[in-house]
Amino acid sequence: MTADVIVIGAGIVGAACADALTQGGLRVVVIEPSLAVSGATGAGMGHLLILDENEAEFSITRYSRDRWNQMAMEMPSSLEYERCGTIWIAAVPEELPLLKQRCAFLQSRQVRAEILDSQQLAEAEPNLRPGLPGGLFIPDDAILYPPAAAGWLLKRAEQRGAAVLTGKRVTHIQAWGVELEDGSRLEAHHVVCATGMWTPQLIGGLPIQPRKGHLVITDRYPGFVRHAVMELGYLKSAHGRESESVAFNVQPRKTGQVLIGSSRQFGVTDARPESRIISSMVQRAIDFMPRIAQLSALRAWTGFRAATPDRLPMVGPVANRPNCLLCAGHEGIGITTCLASAGLVSAFILGDRPPLDPKPYAVERF
Amino acid sequence: MIEIRVNGKTLKVPEGVSVAAAIALSGHDRFRRSVAGQPRGPLCGIGVCFECRVTVDGEPHVRSCQLLCWPGMEVCTDD
Ligand SMILES: Cc1cc2nc3c(=O)[nH]c(=O)nc-3n(C[C@H](O)[C@H](O)[C@H](O)COP(=O)(O)OP(=O)(O)OC[C@H]3O[C@@H](n4cnc5c(N)ncnc54)[C@H](O)[C@@H]3O)c2cc1C
Ligand code: FES
Repeated sequence: MTADVIVIGAGIVGAACADALTQGGLRVVVIEPSLAVSGATGAGMGHLLILDENEAEFSITRYSRDRWNQMAMEMPSSLEYERCGTIWIAAVPEELPLLKQRCAFLQSRQVRAEILDSQQLAEAEPNLRPGLPGGLFIPDDAILYPPAAAGWLLKRAEQRGAAVLTGKRVTHIQAWGVELEDGSRLEAHHVVCATGMWTPQLIGGLPIQPRKGHLVITDRYPGFVRHAVMELGYLKSAHGRESESVAFNVQPRKTGQVLIGSSRQFGVTDARPESRIISSMVQRAIDFMPRIAQLSALRAWTGFRAATPDRLPMVGPVANRPNCLLCAGHEGIGITTCLASAGLVSAFILGDRPPLDPKPYAVERF
Repeated sequence: MIEIRVNGKTLKVPEGVSVAAAIALSGHDRFRRSVAGQPRGPLCGIGVCFECRVTVDGEPHVRSCQLLCWPGMEVCTDD
């Protein structure tokens, strides 16, 4: 039997594609060598946020965040979705103008945002060190638990008839379908490659690089943090090309646990946690929230983001690869942006109007 | 003997006794609750399993099997 679409990879991006494609009435087969969500999706934080460094980043995060919020009513509680909002922090007064500029931009685009002065910031997050100059509050940003969210999207696809084949690795993508490691072939009219940082193994010549990140989770301290809180300097860490950086980024979990990030490293492929990086990341968190030093950490782990040179995903047809669509390179915001990417993929395949202009994410831009 | 308080009730315990033992002496068998709300209490007694955590003088998640009582200590179990 020939499927309509084979989706390679069952991370949140593949899961969102399967969900969107089956919603469009297509027969979908998802192929995953390991367990579903064993890649970046199982390792990341679940912040659903709007970023606004450029128009393309704004459009894709804005569309996706709003879609997640619309879907909240349908989500089972296991997704631990919470519209806790984001607070961006200015560490020094010199950062206030940038904070205000971002706030004005978001407001001009009908995104709810407000500036918190020093005192409002302290009231919103009592564990921040006193005297911070101010913050930018984006109330409609949210968090969820990524593996559960991906599992839910995948289950919805299965309920609409999708088949999920785990324990099978794709070795080659062909115009007629895919070849698997065990020598078998699967035919399909379209192939969607949603393999995150492993994508260069299947499609050569793509500028996708692994970017390692560390996370630490604490024991339960309900109420310790109330919003997803990050320093404005996070943008420098995320958008910069330095080989190594850390930034203050904490999220509350529904259990009362505090999730502490984040680090970014290029050029490392060893997944083992590095105590040097963990120390500087946690020290950065303590600089902003001194009482973090008294919390007990339960676990530290790492994950790899699939980074592209402009940090935007690569979504769309691939040159010289008939019937193949790429959907990878979501760097540190793929939990958020998977919904827009999946919308683009299904519009390409069904010939529908795309939910947003696909050009900034086109594969041929590099 | 020294005096400590367990969940607001004063308790006299011998000097040198662990907080876990003091709580047991006070008649409590539930030290804390799991995420799912199930009762938990000491299991290993050697600081490895973290099942015996209680709040001591306002500090949460203290392993009661690893701490000796001091006079005036305020212990809270999660029940
Ligand atoms: C530390 C950290 C923190 C993060 N925090 C956030 C956050 O707060 N908010 C946010 O929006 N994003 C966040 N992210 C980013 C987010 O986790 C990723 O962008 C997202 O999970 C990418 O999903 P994916 O499906 O593309 O990749 P993956 O989850 O890696 O999935 C790719 C899948 O493809 C499979 N695969 C690989 N090769 C093959 C093959 N040959 N055949 C078949 N299948 C194959 C893999 O097994 C894997 O399951 C974070 C990431 C990290 C590392
Ligand atoms: S009983 Fe195991 S750590 Fe205290």
